[in-house]
Amino acid sequence: MELLTEFFIKNGLIVAFLFAGITLFIANWLSGKLLKKRIPGVAMAIFAALVLAYLAGGEKGVATYPVLAGLAILGGSMFRDFAIVATAMGVRFSELRATGWAGVISLVAGVTITFFIGGMIGYAMGYRDAVSFTTIGAGACTYIVGPVTGAAIGASSELIAISIAAGVMKTVFVTIITPIVAGRIGLDNPTTAMIFGGMIGTTSGVAAGLAATDPKLVPYGAMTSTFYTGLGVLLCPSLFYVLMTNVL
Amino acid sequence: MKIYGVAVLAACFLVGQLLGIYLGQWIGVGGNVGGVGFGMLLLIWANEHIRDDRPGADKTREGIFFWSAMYIPVVIAMAATLNVRAAVSGGWVAVLAGILATSACYFLIPVIARMAKPDEQE
Repeated sequence: MELLTEFFIKNGLIVAFLFAGITLFIANWLSGKLLKKRIPGVAMAIFAALVLAYLAGGEKGVATYPVLAGLAILGGSMFRDFAIVATAMGVRFSELRATGWAGVISLVAGVTITFFIGGMIGYAMGYRDAVSFTTIGAGACTYIVGPVTGAAIGASSELIAISIAAGVMKTVFVTIITPIVAGRIGLDNPTTAMIFGGMIGTTSGVAAGLAATDPKLVPYGAMTSTFYTGLGVLLCPSLFYVLMTNVL
Repeated sequence: MKIYGVAVLAACFLVGQLLGIYLGQWIGVGGNVGGVGFGMLLLIWANEHIRDDRPGADKTREGIFFWSAMYIPVVIAMAATLNVRAAVSGGWVAVLAGILATSACYFLIPVIARMAKPDEQE
C-alpha cells in the first residue's frame, strides 16, 4: 500500500491526466445516456470536480490528498495560462477588433458595479467603515483583488478572509451558473463572450463557465478577463478607497 | 514538427507573461496585468506568420492545437483543487457579496452586447 501511494505521488502529473480523463469520460457518458445531452458533459465534469473539492475540504480541494496532488499542478496557474493562450488559435482577429471598445467598457463597468454592490452587501450586514467596504467590494471582484486591496489599505485578517471567500464563491458561482443562463443572456457569439469576460472577470470562472457552455468561446472571454484583476487591483485600493473614505 | 508549434506557444506565453509582469510593475499595482491576453495576441500574430507553403506547417499547428484541447482537463483539475469549502464557509457576507454582485453583471451583459452590435455591422 505504501509502495503504491509513493508511486502515485511520484507520478503526480500523470495521475492527474488519468483523473481528468476518467472524470470527463464518465461525465460525457452520463450526459449522453441519462440526460440526452441536456447538460453538457464538460459542465457535469466541472461540477463533479467542485463537489469532490468540497468533500475533500482542504485548502487545495482534492489535491489535499498527496496521491492527487498532481491535480494542483495540472490545474495550477502555469498549465491553466499556457492552455488558455493556446486557445487563441481559434480567435479571428476581425472579431477582436469589432468588440474592442465594448470590451473596455465591460471591464470598467464590471469592476465598478461588482465593487459597489459587493461593498454595499457588506455594509448592509454590518461592515460599515471604508476599509471594510473597500475590502469586501474588492473581494467580490476576484479572490486576488480582495487580499491585495485589503493588504494595501490595512484591513484585518478576518476581512481579508471574507474577501477571499467572496472571490472564490464568485468563481464557483460563475462556473455553475454560466452554462445555465448562457441562452438567456445571448452568450453564443465571440462579441458577447468578450463582454462576458470583461464583466465577470474571474479568469478561472469565466474559462470554466465558457468551456461548459461552448469551448469555442473560451479564448474570447479569457482575453478580456485577463485584464480584470489588474484593473481591479488598480482601482480598488486607490480611487474607490479614497471615494469611500469621503462617503462613509 | 509538432515541437516547433509547442515552442512557438511557449515563446508567446513567456513573452506575454513578462509583458504582463512589467506592465503591473510600471503602473504600480504589481502582479501580472493582462499577461495571458498579451500571450494570446502574440500567438494570433504568430499564427498568421506560419507559412502554409512551408512543409510541416500543419504539424507545427497541431502542436499548438493539442494544448488548446488540453484546456478542458486543465479546467477540471482546477475546479477539483479550488478551496470550495472556504468559499461556502466564509459566512453569508462572502456568499451574498460573491453571488449578488456577479448576478448584477450577468443582467448587464445583454445590454452592453446590444450596444456593441450596431458597431459590428459598420
